[in-house]
Amino acid sequence: MILVTGERDFGGQTESSPVTWPPQFVLPNGVSPDRNAIMQALAYAPNRADYMTPILSVRDLTIGFGNHTLIQQLNFTVDPGDNLAIIGPNGAGKTVLLRALLNLLPHEGFIEWAPDAKLGYVPQKIAADRHLPLHVDDLLAAKARLLKLPAQNVRLVADRVGLTQELLETSVGILSGGEFQKALIAFALLGDPNVLLFDEPTASLDELAEEHIYELLRDLQRERHLTILLVSHDLSVVYQFATKVLCLSRGKPCFGPPTEILTPETLEAVYSTPVKFYEHHHDH
Amino acid sequence: MVHSGQTYAVVLALLFAVAAGLVGSFALMKRMLLASDVISHVALPGLGLAFLYGFNPLIGGAATLLLGTLLIWQLQKKTRLATEAMIGVVFAGSVAIGAVLTPKEDLVEALFGRFEDLSLTAFLVGVTAVLLIILFVFRFKDELILGLFAPELAAATGVKLEILELYFLLVFSLSVLVGLRFLGALLAGSLIIIPATTGRRLANDLSHFLFISCLASVIAVGSGLAVTRYLLPRFSPGPIIVIISAALFVLSLFRKPAEIRRRTGPLS
Repeated sequence: MILVTGERDFGGQTESSPVTWPPQFVLPNGVSPDRNAIMQALAYAPNRADYMTPILSVRDLTIGFGNHTLIQQLNFTVDPGDNLAIIGPNGAGKTVLLRALLNLLPHEGFIEWAPDAKLGYVPQKIAADRHLPLHVDDLLAAKARLLKLPAQNVRLVADRVGLTQELLETSVGILSGGEFQKALIAFALLGDPNVLLFDEPTASLDELAEEHIYELLRDLQRERHLTILLVSHDLSVVYQFATKVLCLSRGKPCFGPPTEILTPETLEAVYSTPVKFYEHHHDH
Repeated sequence: MVHSGQTYAVVLALLFAVAAGLVGSFALMKRMLLASDVISHVALPGLGLAFLYGFNPLIGGAATLLLGTLLIWQLQKKTRLATEAMIGVVFAGSVAIGAVLTPKEDLVEALFGRFEDLSLTAFLVGVTAVLLIILFVFRFKDELILGLFAPELAAATGVKLEILELYFLLVFSLSVLVGLRFLGALLAGSLIIIPATTGRRLANDLSHFLFISCLASVIAVGSGLAVTRYLLPRFSPGPIIVIISAALFVLSLFRKPAEIRRRTGPLS
């Protein structure tokens, strides 16, 4: 599925682009190269990242509030189809980073989204005011109208995340944690994003609800070729789910594949305390 | 019997009731209902000066009201304590200043309002203001909801929150200003506060909430005007309207909110 997304970007390369490999696939704009050949070629590619246009490049990103610098000189890239997990202790700036990526915060440095990137945002549950006389329907319909989408799209995204008509007509204040999380995902899916930014998807959910949410994310990713950026505390999930890990800590940030980052040594440096991530999920 | 000046006044009052119900609903969700009292109280010294120097009370009220709006807008950016403290200080301070400035014989009118016949011009100006308020709420309803529910989500959806906030505050003040004429400085905020509170008691989705708030407001104004015209002509309608409005709220307490049906999750 990553490769399929790669194909599209590959087809979009212009002659002046740095891509020289494989030469027979560099076609003029607008002409689709042979899909199977590309997929085959990419499967043999020694380093996929060299050939793909990143959907997000972050360079020298610095974010601070007043005198306090929270994120300093951060660099990373995300390719289409990636699952980037952002980890780090409380207060390391994970949520702040997501908000900066959504262009909701002033920052220095460069945040470059690919021109076809369409962002969907699922904020932390606690960032939402649930004490309002609103049905789930009210919220989804409001977004659909703002984006000038047809009204039936509300029904479509609700079906997709498994929200029944009854739940759509339920006040946001009395949904369970898992139902509310689904409502937030449905909200993010309105407008057909190809990137989901997800802040603490399973915070305060029980394990069953948590599994449902991750199952849903995986299915969505398969269907829609999503790129996912995920803030999570759950390192076992990160290990299974992520293709790249970005760790933020008061020390130096680190970035790489999970096998490199999720080692006891690195994690100890990030969290300033020994972390047994592989036991975390099943202990309680 | 009924001449056009009276008809104008009644029509405007009923339209105002709709606007107050709508604005009040959003003000309730924004937790800024009391700001309507602050704003209307700030208008009192302006009313007093107008009575003292004999110019149109609405102009005096509007001038000080604008001042109050800007004051609140500024203080909203600061701490919660400052807003709360401001409410306390401004309430008492402006009532006291207003009481000193206003000539004794006009004080009751300034505080509790007077229902008077309207010229065609005054009617048209008032109707324009009220329609502006109603149109604003319907045009920006979705932006307002998302901004209330989760500001980040709203911003990520492209809502310009800061300017929306200012627009809302201006519309809010405009509502108080329209109410100032016939409800008086002490009660002008109450039609924004009470019907919306009744609506919140009885509804848990947006359309019902807005509808019930408006209905409660229109019933209070309509029956208040009728009562003072036919039963209690000695009284000015402002206090009667507010009493009926409060009575409707008390009635709403007898009905359990629909949310109690399901017992999972936090209750709002």
